[in-house]
Amino acid sequence: MKRKRQKPKTQEKQGVSRRDFLKGTGVAMSGGLLAGAHVAAAEAASGPAGVLGPGAVPITLRVNGKAHTLRIEPRLTLLDALRGHLDLTGAKKVCDRATCGACTVMIDRKVVYGCTVLAIEAEGHDVTTIEGLAPEGELTPVMAAFVRHDAQQCGFCTPGFIMACTAFLESNPNPTLEDIEKGLGGNLCRCGTYRGLREAVLDAAETMRGGKS
Amino acid sequence: MAECKYNWPKARDRELIGHSIDRIDGPEKSSGRAKYTYDTNRPGLLFGRLVTCPYAHAKVNAVDTSKAGKMPGVKAVVVINGPGSEIQWAGDLVAAVAATTEPEAEDAARAIHVEYQQLPHLVQEEDLSKVPAASQKPLGEQRQGDPEKAFADPNAVIVEGYYGLPVITHCCLESHGSVAEWTADGRLKTWTSTQYVSGGPGEFGAGLRAQKVQVDDKDIETICQYIGGGFGSKFSVDRWGIVAAQLAQQAKRPVKLMLDRATELEIAGARPSEYAKIRVAASKDGTLTGWESESWGTGGMGPSGAPTIPYVIDVPNKSTKHTQVFTNIGPVRAWRAPNSPQACLVTMSAFDDLAAKLGMDPLAFLRKNINLAPEFLRKSYLEELDKASELAEWPKYWHPRGDKTAGPIKRGLGVSLHTWFGRGHAGTGQITVRPDGSVTVQSGTQDLGTGTRTVINIVAADTFGLPLEAVEVEIGDSRYPRDGASGGSTTVGGVSAWTRRGAVDARNELFAAVAPSLGTTPDQLEAREGHIRVKGDPSKSLTWKQACAKLGVKPIQTLGRNPGPCDLISGGVGGVQIADVSVDTETGIVKMNRMVAVQDCGLIIDMKTAESQVFGALIMGVCYSLYEEKVMDETLGIMLNPNMEFYKLAGIGDIGEFKVHMMTGPGYDERGVIGLGEPPVISPGAAISNAVANAIGVRVPTLPLTPEKVLAALEKGAVA
Repeated sequence: MKRKRQKPKTQEKQGVSRRDFLKGTGVAMSGGLLAGAHVAAAEAASGPAGVLGPGAVPITLRVNGKAHTLRIEPRLTLLDALRGHLDLTGAKKVCDRATCGACTVMIDRKVVYGCTVLAIEAEGHDVTTIEGLAPEGELTPVMAAFVRHDAQQCGFCTPGFIMACTAFLESNPNPTLEDIEKGLGGNLCRCGTYRGLREAVLDAAETMRGGKS
Repeated sequence: MAECKYNWPKARDRELIGHSIDRIDGPEKSSGRAKYTYDTNRPGLLFGRLVTCPYAHAKVNAVDTSKAGKMPGVKAVVVINGPGSEIQWAGDLVAAVAATTEPEAEDAARAIHVEYQQLPHLVQEEDLSKVPAASQKPLGEQRQGDPEKAFADPNAVIVEGYYGLPVITHCCLESHGSVAEWTADGRLKTWTSTQYVSGGPGEFGAGLRAQKVQVDDKDIETICQYIGGGFGSKFSVDRWGIVAAQLAQQAKRPVKLMLDRATELEIAGARPSEYAKIRVAASKDGTLTGWESESWGTGGMGPSGAPTIPYVIDVPNKSTKHTQVFTNIGPVRAWRAPNSPQACLVTMSAFDDLAAKLGMDPLAFLRKNINLAPEFLRKSYLEELDKASELAEWPKYWHPRGDKTAGPIKRGLGVSLHTWFGRGHAGTGQITVRPDGSVTVQSGTQDLGTGTRTVINIVAADTFGLPLEAVEVEIGDSRYPRDGASGGSTTVGGVSAWTRRGAVDARNELFAAVAPSLGTTPDQLEAREGHIRVKGDPSKSLTWKQACAKLGVKPIQTLGRNPGPCDLISGGVGGVQIADVSVDTETGIVKMNRMVAVQDCGLIIDMKTAESQVFGALIMGVCYSLYEEKVMDETLGIMLNPNMEFYKLAGIGDIGEFKVHMMTGPGYDERGVIGLGEPPVISPGAAISNAVANAIGVRVPTLPLTPEKVLAALEKGAVA
């Protein structure tokens, strides 16, 4: 709902909602993240004061409630750190430039594209990946609705959509179809699962309103 | 006549087959736990990175890897196309590195210095007059009847048109690639994003031996549990797969080499274009009499196929000429229903224009000419045209060409029909029933997201009278019994047939083992509702577990095969689609209102995943009708949109509403199982293009139907 009211900045058809998505939900806050970036790592790294790298620096990432200490180059994206260093491979690397949403994760419960956030920017914040949404062997109402409505084929875009839907329903518990189409415009699917997706989001919203989550 | 040993259960006996069942790997996918090739992390994993050619056509003069080889973290360097090699498309592979981290691999790839000699290229083919003769391969004229006479008939109604669609790419969300790992004793294990798991070892083996790496096929294992899209582009392990194994061998560590997005779009998928100048004639009552076409298209440097036109409806007097054009756009790859979306678009557009000129309702025009379609499809086409008309409320919404209502928004309906063969491929699977009652099916097949796992599970469980979860399905590993490639809509027919045969054999062995204890003969037994029981006397029964316990210590193991005795499958399906669009004549934007699809595919195993195939195909159809094009720069020879901002796919808000109806029951079910992946993706281009023509009164000649092209067509139409 909030996103809907934002004025699109460009005429690009799909870019409108994606840009809004970014602006409204996270990547824009990377400035804030950087401003508060860990001083410790900056001090540990060689080079001019306040500059990290180019070599690997130690960072601590809090992901799904658990702290992980890594040594990574400052240029590494959060997505690559999650996938390559923590073996959290639910977030997928697809377009690698903030278009498709397959890498969607949450920072402090707001969705971001993992490919456009540096891992160092996420330090000091709570990162949630799809692996952190439900204990092994269990499904959230959104995940269960995806299964029921077959909102997945090859499944490669699915984790990104699950993250986006989860965050979307947290701020839009009673969405209309139009809200869904706008709110999930930041994710792309190639197999063509959007029809099941729409049904799944409506169904999950109903389940969640019913107090199951 | 005695019933064949293998057959499908009668409708009333199908406990699972034909029902709407959730895909069994749905929870793995929706929880993010499904591991794809790209997700495979191995201890000590290195990251591979390719150096690709920036020119469309060039000779490699020198490749200097000396600096890269000494960079931090670099563990292996391979030259793929060395000095003297001729590169035929931008993005082709020159060299590769493997390093400890992704950034290090990127740095090293950048440090490889390549000297090229640029050569002349050709990347555009729509204007055939600008294509040098050396790049054209005319396939000669195909003739039938007397087309000149048909067009000379003074009573003939004739239209002439130009239609086409450009090269598009597959844009698999999981890019192509492999993870390769060698064991100390020289065996190779690969995780490959592939549509042909069983073919992996043979291709890796041959490819590696060609690079002087000695390895036997039997020492290679290829795994693909999940694949993030293929659509016809992932039959081969590809040169980059071989390179991953070369890098891993050199580094003595596992290597992951996946294409980056730009390379994926540049070189890992090109559906051939098709452009056609068509003349078509009919008598005044709408009966088709004559067809003349000159068509051309490119898929890159290789032969691009030759779409058979006219499509489905065979005009009695015809002359067709097709020219293949060789361009430096990338290598051609099969794209869902090769040749068919192209043939369908140009044919159904021409027919629709003719119907408009005749003043005929296009549905009436198709019905009128249905006798020119293959005989076995005629009855189902007529039923499907009726059903599609009903679902789309055609009589209510259709109007003659050009929406005459006031205002800039014009609404229109368009129709198309299609066919595909889809007979199941050859394959095998092993079925094991153990004394503890557990059941496992193993096969080297793969699930592209079409529901292969689920289909195997349904057929096996239904045959044993067990619930789905009582059967374990293990696929996606070349160590399992060999299955065919997943292409041409052949998988569901193949796997359902061998599963049924293998499961029936296993069930019969179980019947033989337990018949004495039930005081009867094996032929009097049935497996239903978790029991082995005497037909007509459910009081004499054993639970599945009790029955299996009679096996003692020896499990039953059968190998199901396709083909085999008693045909369980067939080929040849039909479908009809109707598109409903609104076009803003001031901006040229086409908005999808609805798509209706009516489709047959014989006996349906899982209604839910079958419908998903159709919904997905319609949405993919919207993508290629309105948005997709591999845009090539004439001067530079490179792809201008090798990314997902400008290689456009539809988003969730771009697709409109859908109605899908699967034809089932008498007349359909007894045909056995037929594949479905491809047919429903064929018609959307024509249906949507026809709907736009119906809305705005003029034809937009080529896909994608972009605002620019819509406005150009309106302007041209207004002048004419």
